[in-house]
Formats: sequence, structure tokens, C-alpha cells
Amino acid sequence: MTEGANMQPVISLRNLHKSFGTLEVLKGISFDAHKGDVIAILGASGSGKSTMLRCINMLEIPTAGDVAVGGETVKLKKHGTGLAIGDQRQIDGIRSRAAMVFQSFNLWSHMTILENLIEAPVHVQRRPKAECVAEAIALLEKVGIADKRNAYPSHLSGGQQQRAAIARALAMHPQVMLFDEPTSALDPERVGEVLAVMRSLANEGRTMLLVTHEIAFARDVANRVIFLHEGVIEEDGPTDLVFGNSKSERFRKFISNSQQADRGQGR
Amino acid sequence: MDTLFIRDSFLQLLSGVPLTLELTAFAFLLGLMLAMLIALMQVSRLRLVRMLAGSYVFVIRGTPLLVQIFLIYYGLGQFRPTLQSLGLWQFFREAYWCGILALSLNGAAYGSEVLRGALQSVSKREIEAAKACGMSGFLLYRRIIMPLALRQALPAYGNELILMVKATSLVSIITMMEITGIAARLISETYRPVEVFIAAGTIYLIINFLLTRVVSMLDWWLTPHLRGVPTTGNPEHAND
Repeated sequence: MTEGANMQPVISLRNLHKSFGTLEVLKGISFDAHKGDVIAILGASGSGKSTMLRCINMLEIPTAGDVAVGGETVKLKKHGTGLAIGDQRQIDGIRSRAAMVFQSFNLWSHMTILENLIEAPVHVQRRPKAECVAEAIALLEKVGIADKRNAYPSHLSGGQQQRAAIARALAMHPQVMLFDEPTSALDPERVGEVLAVMRSLANEGRTMLLVTHEIAFARDVANRVIFLHEGVIEEDGPTDLVFGNSKSERFRKFISNSQQADRGQGR
Repeated sequence: MDTLFIRDSFLQLLSGVPLTLELTAFAFLLGLMLAMLIALMQVSRLRLVRMLAGSYVFVIRGTPLLVQIFLIYYGLGQFRPTLQSLGLWQFFREAYWCGILALSLNGAAYGSEVLRGALQSVSKREIEAAKACGMSGFLLYRRIIMPLALRQALPAYGNELILMVKATSLVSIITMMEITGIAARLISETYRPVEVFIAAGTIYLIINFLLTRVVSMLDWWLTPHLRGVPTTGNPEHAND
């Protein structure tokens, strides 16, 4: 973090606002993420954490504010009361550098796992197919499902599909990975295998933003925690500091509620 | 009933099969291309584009194919000087092309509805994943949306193909000597409509049976992901 502060941030949000109709979900979010950061984004349902993540790769278009990825500010133009995409090619480029892993995997159902992995590298990044295939197989080995490369997503368990989706994101050589509640749709016994893959990515020094409900995992792998409450950043700091001694009453309450819920489930 | 005469008619009617298949193939392919265009217009963000496509479907679906064939073949004859000056008369004076045009326009209207439904059924999540990987515009349609939509549409579109085979019988009325055209000639020569039409019906039945098989084979080949896991037993070691 200290040396990172001098470098250009990988992601930079400035005064980000997002409304859906009259409902204001994000009310001015600003933060920088630096290379190697693993940032856990926590918050109750409806606090805006997924929306914030989706504003980074423009799956949601902010109503106001600036987003920069890799030092490149996203071009947005005025559109009615809000904003619209200004330059689709720029967005496409940014999206392939900020790979997203979704809650429900979102693998392409008509393609095999291997085809899912090489799709964007071959057709978006226009890299040689043979190179992409070799790399995809290595990535599938890394996430432990190389034997599934010719299977279709519907033939895999949820945990396997999510590991494939993580490999698909890695195949694009992203600068940053955006995880949008990657374990929320999984059976409890499948959560561990996905968390293990994510932990190994964090240990490699990959830059990751992670929206999650897995508090214990976040505390373990994240070097920084951002806690959102009703569309504003309520707490933001190094994990140890935030968990050890948070100034925010709401954060302390959120943590103790989650722990009680976990105990209730016998975890 | 004279079975020998049925067999005789059957053999004579077979000479109309190539034209029936030709009309079907041409009209089906032209119709499919037009249907894709109209289906894309139907899901456009622009209201005017949607309305244009909607009006097309409304008019073509709402009027009988036979009326459309008459309008194109006989009706356009009234505009012969205009069509000649445009160089289109060569085209519209041929019953063959008028028939194909009417069948294509008709097929496109029905086909576009099938495709529109299929386009709308494509998982928003899979589209979102493609966008998140940097796909947009034509690439997104070519690689993700269209392949998924066409797989979805295939069984219903197979139906359209069969309807098209049967619809070609209507162009016999504008002098085309396909199966039904030949049947009509045979009847006028022999006054034995029952036998001739039984023979003609049998030929259509065989053609459609074969086409149905082809469509289901294509469907099977294109949708391995909808079938069960290739091997049973421990799912951790399925495949390979």
C-alpha cells in the first residue's frame, strides 16, 4: 500500500453516483485501488456494493462521477439526466482488462469449457488460437478442472462452473479482477473449492476487488476493506485495522450479525 | 380405386419433385435471411424500426399467401411500364420468381416471429458475460446471441420448413409445374382426382418426413449441452 500510493492506481473512482429511477443507490463513492491490492467490499444487501463493482466495467452506467481503469478515464457523455457510453471501443478495451466473475457463473452454455476460455482471447484480443488453447489448458489445470475441458457448462457442478469462470477471466490477462459475490450461488460444500482458487490468486499478487458475504475469507485474504452503507463508504482501511478497531458502529454491528448468522448455520 | 393408376400417377408426379424442392430451398433461404433482419429490427431500441418490422409482419401474416401470389404475379403486371423502366420486369414476368418472392416474404414474416422469440429468450446473463469480456455490436451477435438464438429457434423453424414445402403447392396456380401443378394436369387429363391426389399427398408426406429427420439430426448435433452428462458414475471423473 505504501509504495503503491506513488504509482498510478489500477482503478480510480471519483464521486461516483448511480440512481435507478428515483432510487439513489450510490451517493458519491471515491477510492483508488493499486496494483496488488485485494480489496474486500462488504456491506448489507442493498448497500450498493454490487452496483459499485458493475460501474467499474460499465455494466451499469453511472449517473455522475468518474471511473478510471489503468489510468484511462472512461469516456461518458450526457444522456438525458444521466450519462451514456461515449466510446464503445474504449469500454470494450477496459472490460477485457477488468475481468469480472459473476455470482451465477454466466458461462456460455453452447460452448465447451475450453471454448469458453479461448473465446475472448481469440475474438476480442485477437491472439493466436494455438497459444490461447495451450494457455487455457494450463489455466484449467491451475483451477483443477483440466479433465472437464471438453464438457459443457451444464455438465459441471456449480463449484466447477465458477472455477471455469475464474479461469475464463484469467485467460484475458486482466489488470484487475472483479468478483461479484462469487460464492453466493453455490452449495455450502462447494464454496471451499472456489475460495481456495481465489486465495491462490490473491497470494500471486493479483489485483482483486471482491464483493462478498464471506466475512472470514475477506478478513483472511484482503489487505483492505471497504464497507458500504446505504450508498456511501462508511469504512475504508487496512483489513487488520478495520477488523481490529473500527470507528464505525455500523461496521461492528454488521460483523457481529454476520458471525451470529454463521454460527446459526453451524459454520 | 385403381392402385395401379395411383402408382402410375406417383411416378409421373415425381418429375415435379425437383421444382418443389428448388422452390422450397430458395424461398426458405431468402426467407431466413429476411427473417433475421426483421427479427433484429423487432428487438431494436428504435421505436420507428420496431414499428416498420411490426407492420411488415402484421400485413404479411394477416393476408392469405394465395392473395399475395396473385397480387405479385397478376397485380404487378399493371405496373409493367414502371417495372420495365426499372429493369425489374425480367424478374416479375416470370411466375417462378414471383412465386419465390411471395413464398420468401411469407416465410420471413412467420420466421421472424420465431427468431424474435428466440432472441428474447437468450440468457441476459450470458450476454452480460460477453459484454464483460469486451464483446459488443456485431461480434456479440455473431459469437454469442445468434448461436444461442438459432439453437433455440431450430425446432420451431423446422416447422416453418415443412409449412414452406406445403406452401409451394400454391404456386401451381400461377402455372408452376411442381408436384401439385402436375397433379392438376393429370386430373384434367384423366378425371381421377382421388388417385392423383393420394399420390401427390404421399410424395409431400415422404419429403416432409425426411426433412423432419434432417432437422432433428441437426438439432441433436447442435445441442450437446442440453443432453445429459456423457458418462454416468462419479461426476468428478466424467468425460475423457
